[in-house]
Amino acid sequence: MNIPSSIITLLLGIGLTLVSLWYGQNHGLMPVAASEEAGHIDGLFNAMMTISVGLFIIVQGVIVYCAIKFRRKPGELGDGAAIEGNVPLEILWTAIPAAVVLWISIYSFEIYNEMGGFDPSADGMHAMHGMPAGKGSAMAATMDGIPQGSPMIAAMGVGASPANQGKAAAVNVNVLGLQYAWIFTYPEINITSGELHVPVGKEVQLNMNAQDVIHAVWIPQLRLKQDVIPGTPTQLRFTTNKVGTYPLRCAELCGGYHGSMVTQMIVHTPEEYDTWIASQQQSAQAQAEIVKQTIAMTPANLSTGSYLAPYAKEMGVKPEMVKHLHQDHSMGGSIASASR
Amino acid sequence: MTAELTIPTQTSSKDDVVVHHRTWKDYFTFSSDHKVIGIQYFVTGFIFYIIGGLLAEAIRTELATPDADLVDPSTYNSMFTMHGTIMIFLWIVPAGTGAFANYLLPLMIGARDMAFPKLNAVAFWIIPPTGLMLMASFFLGPAQSGWTSYPPLSLLTGKVGEGIWIMSLLLLGTSSILGGINFFTTILKMRIPSMSMMQMPLFCWAMLATSLLMIISTPVLAGALILLSFDLIAGTAFFNPAGGGEPVVYQHMFWFYSHPAVYIMVLPFFGVISEVIPVHCRKPIFGYGAIAYSSMVISFLGLIVWAHHMFTSGTPPWLRMFFMITTMVIAVPTGIKIFGWLATMWGGKITLNSPMLFAMGFISTFVIGGITGVMLAAVPFDIHVHDTYFVVAHLHYVLFGGSVFGIYTGIYHWFPKVTGRHINDTWGKIHFALTYIGFNVTFLPMHVLGLQGMPRRIAMYAPEFQGLNQIITYASYVLAISTVPFLVNAIYCAYKGEPAGNNPWNALTLDWQTTSPPEIENFEVLPVLTTGPYDYGEEEEEEKELTAV
Repeated sequence: MNIPSSIITLLLGIGLTLVSLWYGQNHGLMPVAASEEAGHIDGLFNAMMTISVGLFIIVQGVIVYCAIKFRRKPGELGDGAAIEGNVPLEILWTAIPAAVVLWISIYSFEIYNEMGGFDPSADGMHAMHGMPAGKGSAMAATMDGIPQGSPMIAAMGVGASPANQGKAAAVNVNVLGLQYAWIFTYPEINITSGELHVPVGKEVQLNMNAQDVIHAVWIPQLRLKQDVIPGTPTQLRFTTNKVGTYPLRCAELCGGYHGSMVTQMIVHTPEEYDTWIASQQQSAQAQAEIVKQTIAMTPANLSTGSYLAPYAKEMGVKPEMVKHLHQDHSMGGSIASASR
Repeated sequence: MTAELTIPTQTSSKDDVVVHHRTWKDYFTFSSDHKVIGIQYFVTGFIFYIIGGLLAEAIRTELATPDADLVDPSTYNSMFTMHGTIMIFLWIVPAGTGAFANYLLPLMIGARDMAFPKLNAVAFWIIPPTGLMLMASFFLGPAQSGWTSYPPLSLLTGKVGEGIWIMSLLLLGTSSILGGINFFTTILKMRIPSMSMMQMPLFCWAMLATSLLMIISTPVLAGALILLSFDLIAGTAFFNPAGGGEPVVYQHMFWFYSHPAVYIMVLPFFGVISEVIPVHCRKPIFGYGAIAYSSMVISFLGLIVWAHHMFTSGTPPWLRMFFMITTMVIAVPTGIKIFGWLATMWGGKITLNSPMLFAMGFISTFVIGGITGVMLAAVPFDIHVHDTYFVVAHLHYVLFGGSVFGIYTGIYHWFPKVTGRHINDTWGKIHFALTYIGFNVTFLPMHVLGLQGMPRRIAMYAPEFQGLNQIITYASYVLAISTVPFLVNAIYCAYKGEPAGNNPWNALTLDWQTTSPPEIENFEVLPVLTTGPYDYGEEEEEEKELTAV
């Protein structure tokens, strides 16, 4: 049997393509996608995975093949062939990777546009800088019901997808990151929560700020992440399409308990969402009283711990936990995420 | 023996006593001999490598369980801060640029020493006291904000340690700049007259590119750190948002150095691999010009990709897109090198000894780091995996799968040159097998953890990630143990190894055309170039014989 080498190469090429395509689509490495955009990002990842698997097999295959085929046999003398290069071949392996990365760039550009990355309101060119930095003042502003960043104020991050640009999101949530918890405030319905509740299928905008150090909101199921920077407002905008409970983690090192700065994003059906709002608003009156008192006491004069005590109670955080954390790091007051 | 070479090599018989020109005491002095300094760099670096490695094992032990049960979480943060800083600034940078470049550059270009020998000694002697100072900070309230040290966190935690950390990095950066100036001048000005730029060994090209990065980018890090120290000590507000400062500016300045730093850490080993593969495959390097120029292109592009570390930070969309494209493009010159090495191996007569195995291991693992690098450059995907274990996996594939494999490749290859003795090849192969398996089982699963939702730099994680984390922890122990056969083998063979002669590999570069170990001023008579650095091959040989006849 003498099969021409060109046929063997062709068959190997076909096999390689099939394996790459199959693995690229069936790697199962990503968590559930809870939004349409997350699905698009997975598409981009699958495409890159397909190319990567192909390249990986070629490189490892050549190494192993060389190690077996071109291995010096015992007693063998002499050198290899004196081939110093091959210009057409070198042009080929310069041009193909160049074309591939250009294609990935264009593909990424499109996906980024669909995600809302080019929303003019998310370019940060009109971002508010130098937010008053007194202790607790950012929270005081949200408690008064004044949104930190209304949809029209530009903040860096991921904005509205092209279809929704220029419109206000259906649900606006102000997010405050602090060591080591998230506080979500719904200015339109006057609710404060330690967990993010959103209705499925509605566009949600997170207007984000940090109180102490840089944090980052990461919701793996939405494939979205954005740093939350003290003094520089940032935003994320998304529309979920799957009901469920997903983790919302801090992804930027923020201190000793960075790993426990985790809470949940609960995606409700519209009915459940209304029920949740109603249950929260029942206590809204009482809450408002507390807030007024707190603000009358000028938060800047309070330690963070005592300032946050009412909210910690509201969020179901046990005072012992606050105290425990308080001792463990040098920053002064803090509260713990109740989710762990 | 392989085919005869055009250069007459002094083949010493095994009975020859290897003459040591240096005694052990010389290695503790302010010597200006580039070879002494090279060894000083390497041994110092390796001691810090062991310390950094022990920290890594402590980190992995903590991560064997989801709870923070081994050490206090802030101590955990200090440990990975120290691990990163030590491995980068006290191991890979000194080993790559300090040890290999110092030892090899003058030998390769036929010089008697570096251009500025005293400066060279100063650059080295900055490192040990600085390293000790950094270690000492571990007992004085160490820095806890990662090796990136982003404000405002770095201004609020572990202040004493942070101050020492800044001071240490300023000193190490100074050492690096001094080294860079020295390499740059040496390569351009100290070559023997018969060697043109295009006849230099490729390691020299790699170091030319590296030294440019050291000179251009390190001062920017110094600027960032000095401003950070003002914020820390004097209460200014360059980066502190509490006083109206802009923390994102620090990130730009930091990464303007710290991305090129990746190339400072890996380019020298591209050079090492380009030296090692042709020798052990007995074949000319495939595409000398392409590999030489691609080093320079990587060096240039490396300066304009820094903000890909900041895709989820306060970075506007156009900037995200610009840095995405530049980062993607850097895959092209890197690909040229990898394909060039593969083509060099193709059709060669490969001796599968320890240096060649490590070189093949380098290509095999580095290509994975390269692939994930292109993935991370794609903004929409990076937004998902930034600051996760996917990035931890990627960076270790580049800096361990790349740099550390490159270091071992170089050590096994030049061991006979430096000591005049062979290192035991069987133990070298055992070392390779343990390292390759331990490394891949440690770092490959980290990609999955990152994609699934585990952020980096955490002491406590969700219980669903425990299974993979335990596998990683056990594999990391294998990786740690793999160092033992190497250390024992290297120390034993340095004194008791089989004498190797001057040129056991029959290599053509000038570093092999002198005694092993090289005499004090390298060459008794300055060599004249009669052959290119990689003119191996049978046809060439026959042609020359024919013309001679």
